[in-house]
Amino acid sequence: MNVDETNLPGLGRRKDFMTASGRRIGVVELREGQTELIVSTWDDPDTCQASIPLTSDEAATLGNLLGGQHLAMKLAEEHKDVPGIVTRQFSIAPESPFQNQPMGKACIRTRCGVSIVAIMREGEVLPSPGPDVILHTGDLLVAVGTLEGLDSAADILRHG
Amino acid sequence: MDPLALTLIELGAVVFCLGLLARLAGRIGMSPIPLYLLGGLAFGAGGVVKLEGMHEFAHLSGEIGVILLLLMLGLEYTAAELFTGLRRSWQAGVLDLVLNFLPGAALALLLGWGGVGAMVMGGVTYISSSGIAAKVITDLGRLGNRETPVVLSILVFEDLAMAVYLPILTATLAGVSFLGGLTTVAIALAVVTAVLMVALRHGHHVSKAVHSENSEVFLLNVLGAALLVAGLASAMQVSAAVGAFMLGIAISGATAHNATRILEPLRDLFAAIFFVAFGLNTDPTSIPPVLGWALVLAVATAGTKMATGIWAAKREGIAKPGRFRAGATLIARGEFSIVIAGLAVASGAVPSNLAALATAYVLLMAVIGPLAARFVEPLVKASTRSRQVPAQA
Repeated sequence: MNVDETNLPGLGRRKDFMTASGRRIGVVELREGQTELIVSTWDDPDTCQASIPLTSDEAATLGNLLGGQHLAMKLAEEHKDVPGIVTRQFSIAPESPFQNQPMGKACIRTRCGVSIVAIMREGEVLPSPGPDVILHTGDLLVAVGTLEGLDSAADILRHG
Repeated sequence: MDPLALTLIELGAVVFCLGLLARLAGRIGMSPIPLYLLGGLAFGAGGVVKLEGMHEFAHLSGEIGVILLLLMLGLEYTAAELFTGLRRSWQAGVLDLVLNFLPGAALALLLGWGGVGAMVMGGVTYISSSGIAAKVITDLGRLGNRETPVVLSILVFEDLAMAVYLPILTATLAGVSFLGGLTTVAIALAVVTAVLMVALRHGHHVSKAVHSENSEVFLLNVLGAALLVAGLASAMQVSAAVGAFMLGIAISGATAHNATRILEPLRDLFAAIFFVAFGLNTDPTSIPPVLGWALVLAVATAGTKMATGIWAAKREGIAKPGRFRAGATLIARGEFSIVIAGLAVASGAVPSNLAALATAYVLLMAVIGPLAARFVEPLVKASTRSRQVPAQA
């Protein structure tokens, strides 16, 4: 993917690319440190339909959502020959009892036979996380298991 | 009344009124500069209320305001940005200079203000307000637009042009001979180049010299350095403003960013006083006679800025609506036009009508600019649509 980087003297930097549907999409990183999500209008790729200011938390969450979806789709593709195995994503909510705790504490594999195969954090992927990885609010866990196992894993992550 | 008490009361009343004006400007979403100028006109010679006590203070504060305005203009861009801006957009920059300097200069000659007047008025009509343009771009959500870098690089070029123009202007105003003028220009060019080179290679040393973790120390360092450099530059006949501007360019990176944050309130205060002081020294009754010319100049130079923006955006492969947006964003003139007119008036080398014309012109342009930027897009769209309709019928 070809991402264009353009300097905005005095203001910051724009990074964007053209989607297959003909829209320009990207971010503007302002010098003050804020990020704006930009999406061009359909009839004029030069202008922006939306320019949405995001806090760093929001930007990281959006990155996780987009990246997690991509990862989950790839995993689902790989598991499609194994019947009964499903891929699902769990996000760590602020009220989760496991935030700022090592992942091993939730004992998800022991209790429901579900494997956490990756964690998406701030747009980065942590593949095959060990039990010592500390979970943070906004982390997106990519889990593989049976439907029932995933349901109970979701319950554990939410309520302990 | 005790003169000190009188000065304090007047100053307090003026600053308080400026606060009200700034709030009004924010409410209706316009630049406060025209309102400050109007405020100054109302308080000054021949105005509604006459203020005598604060004259001296207003004068010095105005000077500091100019220094801070230019210092922060220099802080705005890094040396690297200035270099790439210059390399990428010098053609557009030169076109901008020629198209927008000439109308002002021509009118000054027509009104019989001579070469000095032409030099001043050319500068007044040339320089766009980077403050208003940046605000328009942010307010209208055009940060991510493709024409925005085009607009910004033209503003960068204007910045650099100011660094060369101001020393020439100072020399012209001081009435130095042609040879003397050439020497000043040579010195100015050499200084500008040297500072840019130093800023590019050793900017971190300059930054280190003024930097401090303690915000109080940092503020005093930056402000002290700016006033010192400005004073030295002024003693060398290179114009105080240019010295401050060069210091701003030399300070780079995180230090520049912090300096901007810390100086902003000071700049706002002193610049506001500068605009008021400029208005104070302008007789409001001298404005109506030049209002017609100001209007002519406003229309002409709105057109030339538009043309500049359209040409520059077209070169970057931007479609029609974007070209017009780029042009309209450049229309606003503001703080730096008044800085130039202020330097000229202070030197006494130009007729007092010039101040009136510059005031009226900036009043018009600071209001027209943001309005044009906002409404150019629907207008362009409407005109293309009305042309398409008969074609389909």
